[in-house]
Amino acid sequence: MDSKITRRSFLKLSGATALGVAVGGLGFDLLPIEAHAEELRKNLKSAKESTTICPYCAVGCGAIVHQSGGKVINIEGDPDHPINMGSLCSKGSSLYQLANNEDRLTQVMYRAPYSDKWEYKSWDWALDKIASNIKATRDATFTATNEKGQVVNRTTAIASVGSAAMDNEECWLYQKFLRGLGLTYIEHQARI
Amino acid sequence: MTNHWIDIGNSDCILIMGSNAAENHPISFKWVTKAMENGAKLISVDPRFTKTSARADIYAPLRSGTDIAFLGGMIKYILDNDLIHKDYVVEYTNAPHLINEGYKFEDGLFSGYDKAKRRYDKSTWQYQLDEKGIPKEDKSLQHPNCVYQLLKKHYSRYDLDTVSQITGTPKEDLLKVYETYAATGQTGKAGTVMYAMGWTQHTIGTQNIRTMAIIQLLLGNMGISGGGINALRGESNVQGSTDHALLFHLWPGYLKIPGASDVDLKTYNEKYTPKTNDPLSANWWGNYPKYSTSLLKSFYGENATKENDFGYSWLPKIDDGGNYSWLVLFDEMYKGTIKGFFAWGQNPACSGANAGKVRKAMENLDWMVNVNLFDNETGSFWRGPGVDPSKVKTEVFLLPCAASMEKEGSITNSGRWSQWRYKAVDPPGEATPDSDIMNALYFRLKNLYEKEGGALPEAITKLKWDYGTPEKVDVHIIAKEINGYDLTTGKLLPSFPALKDDGTTSSGCWIFCASYTEAGNLAARRGKSDPLGTGLYPEWSWCWPLNRRIIYNRASVDINGNPWDKAHPVIVWNESTGKWEGDVPDGGFPPMVNKEKTKYPFIMTTEGRARIFGMGLADGPFPEHYEPLECPIEKNLLSSQRISPAIKLWNLPEVGTELDKAASCDPRFPIVATTYRVTEHWQTGVMTRHLPWLVELQPQNFVEMSLELAELKGISNGDKCIVNSARGQVEAVAIVTGRFKPFLIAGQTIHQVGLPWCYGWFTPPDGGDNSNLLTPTIGDANTMIPESKAFMVNVEKKD
Repeated sequence: MDSKITRRSFLKLSGATALGVAVGGLGFDLLPIEAHAEELRKNLKSAKESTTICPYCAVGCGAIVHQSGGKVINIEGDPDHPINMGSLCSKGSSLYQLANNEDRLTQVMYRAPYSDKWEYKSWDWALDKIASNIKATRDATFTATNEKGQVVNRTTAIASVGSAAMDNEECWLYQKFLRGLGLTYIEHQARI
Repeated sequence: MTNHWIDIGNSDCILIMGSNAAENHPISFKWVTKAMENGAKLISVDPRFTKTSARADIYAPLRSGTDIAFLGGMIKYILDNDLIHKDYVVEYTNAPHLINEGYKFEDGLFSGYDKAKRRYDKSTWQYQLDEKGIPKEDKSLQHPNCVYQLLKKHYSRYDLDTVSQITGTPKEDLLKVYETYAATGQTGKAGTVMYAMGWTQHTIGTQNIRTMAIIQLLLGNMGISGGGINALRGESNVQGSTDHALLFHLWPGYLKIPGASDVDLKTYNEKYTPKTNDPLSANWWGNYPKYSTSLLKSFYGENATKENDFGYSWLPKIDDGGNYSWLVLFDEMYKGTIKGFFAWGQNPACSGANAGKVRKAMENLDWMVNVNLFDNETGSFWRGPGVDPSKVKTEVFLLPCAASMEKEGSITNSGRWSQWRYKAVDPPGEATPDSDIMNALYFRLKNLYEKEGGALPEAITKLKWDYGTPEKVDVHIIAKEINGYDLTTGKLLPSFPALKDDGTTSSGCWIFCASYTEAGNLAARRGKSDPLGTGLYPEWSWCWPLNRRIIYNRASVDINGNPWDKAHPVIVWNESTGKWEGDVPDGGFPPMVNKEKTKYPFIMTTEGRARIFGMGLADGPFPEHYEPLECPIEKNLLSSQRISPAIKLWNLPEVGTELDKAASCDPRFPIVATTYRVTEHWQTGVMTRHLPWLVELQPQNFVEMSLELAELKGISNGDKCIVNSARGQVEAVAIVTGRFKPFLIAGQTIHQVGLPWCYGWFTPPDGGDNSNLLTPTIGDANTMIPESKAFMVNVEKKD
């Protein structure tokens, strides 16, 4: 693939759409794209490739991730994949920006009762606190038998929604965790 | 999907209805286009002329919420013109079956209706049985009480005039669609349907799909290449998350959640294991106890013994008939009974119907755990529009997780392919895979309960949880657990026929048993062989069940085992080897002509036949048109029942809340509205609204409307508008377009508008809030999926 030509035509395209965006009242800056194109040109040949599946819709398109120095430098359609044969839609084509995005959460954040701000916390602190919250709520609300005297062993005071965005192994582990706790309010994207 | 993406390319006629595939599943169009290059016809039925419509041979508009009327008219057309695939219908469906004499349908109500409970007693919706307990049949299809004749009678009312008045579709368009699609009933022709939330998000959503399933059966389109019922699922692993039962009513592998009266495993198994007296029925669910017992072994491992009922009592039971689904969950949260909440990889503050109620409900929580890649409207609900943080008590934990290329694991696409993906880089900062977060929480809770005791500690402490260390999960161990083991040898099981009900096997999800075997991780396969030349790719990834790429595939052949469509076979019977070749057959039983050894092809129903008459539905064995909860006309033109008689109503005293308002035929809200997505944003946009390239392309919320409505309202293209419903309002930029046209409904001009639901107040700036602030609290009679695709609004230019 001649990545230079691809990048150049992309830049042209971006310039054209910038006009439309300006009308919408949003700023636009070409610098990050130029920097990305330059990085790509330098590093693509030595990059390590791995395959992935697009995390957006459920067509299940294949993509190739190029990483160099522990950083994703490019993601593009996998030409060997029998469904998409190298093509991606606009979302799949933007995956690079999901991996490299300054808005990504990188630390645990905590909002105390009645507070108007986030505070950064350590994983240990947060996990301990969440576990103790779960236990307190579960123990205070656990129902061993219902009004008819039937064994139900549940809590209806804790609920969960999500997640169709997780891997199969994570979904399975998550439902095991929740059912072990005794939850009945287990729902997710498939219901809506 | 009963079939898969590539198989769409084998179709002769593709109906895209309740979906805008070109926009929302863009790469699917590679295969739609391939079919069209081979001469297939594409039909687009949609309230709006969409990107899909622009590629279609035939476009037909319809008012949102009238799909059953539209498709019911097609059933009538097929039957009136005798266009059914007769051999298929007679041999493989329940069309010849005789129904109980007490079954009736009168003025919109089926027999057995209890008005006070808004529920049906289904005892008359049953087969007549012979002396052996086998359903009686009339293969001539003439008996007045056979399913075929009852079907004919039911849809005789769906004539072109009536349908057109309900749907607003011109009669000539209806005829064009009916004629073109019904042509796939010819032997060797295949028609397929691609649908999505445009069919499910209705009070009659399940029946929308059933209407199409009936059409597919009448035309012999199930089980064949280029056919099927194909749900285009919207999230990369929503198929997998459903298979693994992140839903209140299921256990993994579509087992039922136990109820309180299922007092032990034996009672539970007996209730859910169907029985048949018909030697020709495979009755696959007869294996139920093997799957449930193996699941319990995967939950509790060595702690699950025969003596303790395999740990059955430790797991939670719902109240009999209890509903714990989405709308109920947020209603209870609003009422304050739910104290703790996980929003794990989901943004209900935007994705929930009547999102204003959802957001308000969160203020009643003691604590919330929100796991996501980005901050979002849910985790930050306490600082959302109109919320005073100093009045919100909720403790919120926002936990950073890894994105798809930062961890390893499998996801299942719409075509049931489980595909493995690899870790390319570490997650940023302290972000970590979801599995590590739940694992760490589990070990902390285990320690707490071991140390301090508490409510039923065994349910937690006895769980089999050996998926790595307390710090790090090895997902391969979980993938193997899902597949299952022979516990006597410790070997991975080859496939689910090996599962047992005596505690000597385990499987975390029986339909995935065969995915990760002693032969390795089959989801990671990248083999490209295509033995039949039809795009099955049996060695690419792995597909449930048993790597069967097209389900119900034994209906793709005649009773002698010869494919209906010789050019696109799915399976072929080899007389000399006594085996099927091609796809993995739905049970390896020989062709129907071999009466000694064969079984009917629809192995998942007790009678072995596909159900045109569906006795299991909550709202009737045949789909019937009812209006949406909020609609523009006072009367349903087909019966006295305006709305579905079997839906739970929320706008009643002592049921819902003051926020569950609805307004039908209300002059304040005269315009029909629907919601949809755009290619550039995904669902509520959490994973797209932070990506500069995508925000550049689709920066803000909009409302599409016809030229006629815009003129009426004095709105110009690009004007900022306020769209409001009985529940809330959003700001949106007007797109005045010929893509929407006013409908003529029962003699009145009715306008419709549409809005995406991909935006939220968090970002981008000036992007507008989410359109689910407008949608109603009302669910489908069977699934409780909210009716987000048809509701009433008003639109005004913003001052």
